[in-house]
Amino acid sequence: MSLGDFLQRATSRWMKEGGPEDDIILTSRIRVARNLQGMPFPILQTDSHAHQVLESIHTAVQHPSMQKLGNFEWINCKDLSAIDRQVFVEKHLISPDLAESYKHGAVVLREDEVISIMINEEDHLRIQVIMPGFRLQDAWQLASSVDDALEQNVMYAFHDRFGYLTACPTNVGTGIRASVMMHLPGLVLSGNIQRLLNAVSHVGLAVRGIYGEGTESYGNLFQVSNQITLGETEEEIIGNLSSVVQQLIDHERAARKMLLQQNREALEDRICRSFGILAYARRMDSKETLERLSDVRLGIDLGILKGVSAGILKELMVMTQPAFLQKYFHEDLSPGERDVRRAALIRERLRLDDSEVR
Amino acid sequence: MLCQKCHERQANVHVNQIINGKLSALHLCEQCAKESGDFLTQFTGGQNPFDFHQLLSGLLNMESPTGVSSPSVSTQVQCQNCGMTYAQFSKVGRFGCPECYDNFEQRLEPLLRRIQSNTMHTGKVPNKSGERVKMRKTLETLRRELQQAIAAEQFEQAAQLRDKIRALESQMGE
Repeated sequence: MSLGDFLQRATSRWMKEGGPEDDIILTSRIRVARNLQGMPFPILQTDSHAHQVLESIHTAVQHPSMQKLGNFEWINCKDLSAIDRQVFVEKHLISPDLAESYKHGAVVLREDEVISIMINEEDHLRIQVIMPGFRLQDAWQLASSVDDALEQNVMYAFHDRFGYLTACPTNVGTGIRASVMMHLPGLVLSGNIQRLLNAVSHVGLAVRGIYGEGTESYGNLFQVSNQITLGETEEEIIGNLSSVVQQLIDHERAARKMLLQQNREALEDRICRSFGILAYARRMDSKETLERLSDVRLGIDLGILKGVSAGILKELMVMTQPAFLQKYFHEDLSPGERDVRRAALIRERLRLDDSEVR
Repeated sequence: MLCQKCHERQANVHVNQIINGKLSALHLCEQCAKESGDFLTQFTGGQNPFDFHQLLSGLLNMESPTGVSSPSVSTQVQCQNCGMTYAQFSKVGRFGCPECYDNFEQRLEPLLRRIQSNTMHTGKVPNKSGERVKMRKTLETLRRELQQAIAAEQFEQAAQLRDKIRALESQMGE
């Protein structure tokens, strides 16, 4: 199969398509936690409890109101190979936790992988909607309609005062976690990122790097999400997050403009070098891949690189992850072999575009 | 500084602990720190200091991070449904079942105020299980209207509202 075909088939909609403000916002994601009334949470589940949960939700997914929302596929995690489970994690369709403790776990996926429903993770149900670009409101509407559709057949654990009950008290109330994945190279290069991120964490939002350990974030990719789930409505939570994210977008745009004005030569050099390395290198580790891809994406956004598809960052940041690579090449690869194959995959992908460097 | 466990890699995880004024320190590389749950557990007296839920239980103030717990009678509160005790909850940071929320309700208020800064849900209400909540909200509205009707001396309307309220109250009492 050609790389082009593989890309079409193996990638989620959020990886392929663009959306509002997608020069800075890669994805908008809503995750809603729900539990079934009268059932112990997965942490205390016996096998029979777990099966009861799976069965109730399996029935709920068949309901006509769910069918109206699209074609869904039910996948038991235990039926997946370790690599496939990891690919799902790399595509952000299931959590690393579910991939690890998969005995009674399942995931329900809509064809385009915009909707994924995790079953028996930390909570009985985790409804996730992931959309390209800045579309938190749309994502919430869709998640909420999945929530309503499932409720036709199940009884949720709901408390008069505490709202939707969840295994962890950090999710109780709305059970909602809204997040955006942002590409912020301008703020990182201009040295303003830490100041801004500190400010963001003071207004009840959490920020973390998508890749990398601790405070270091590879590829200038950050996830901003709400922390409070109780006492605010879903609309308020999304509204607060959106307005902070909008400010971050404005700051990022200003930083890019300033870099271009004050440091054009250095910036162009950096971007074109990274493009050259991606296009010709024979070995790439994942950290360098993300850093170079970030530069290339910035180059596309600033008009320095022409003819390279803008989706390349999103696409390749997932495709060059360990499990995805092994899936594409159909073999188990040691880390060293992965670096060689990763470089090959990147070169091949870049050749699909008709790129030119000015 | 080299990792105290593998003596190979650079140590970049540092744990300092002061007990009775005596400082003890542990220096590990990232890999060993991750792998050595047990090692750290010994050091910290039974708790892995890097676990998120441990951090959460730190917020609960139930047990000191050194593992020297001060058992109080109230930690013996137990969920009638799943059997989880409050002490267990404060250790894992997760509830056992939905009914834990009712059984631990009194102890929950200060906890929720700390991690959520709020204790009252105002968002979406499920269609089915939320019936009572919806009724209660209607009831509140009707009662307010009743007060207004009485204040405005519209007694006919007030009587109608009173009947509606009674009907709803008896429905909720079922």
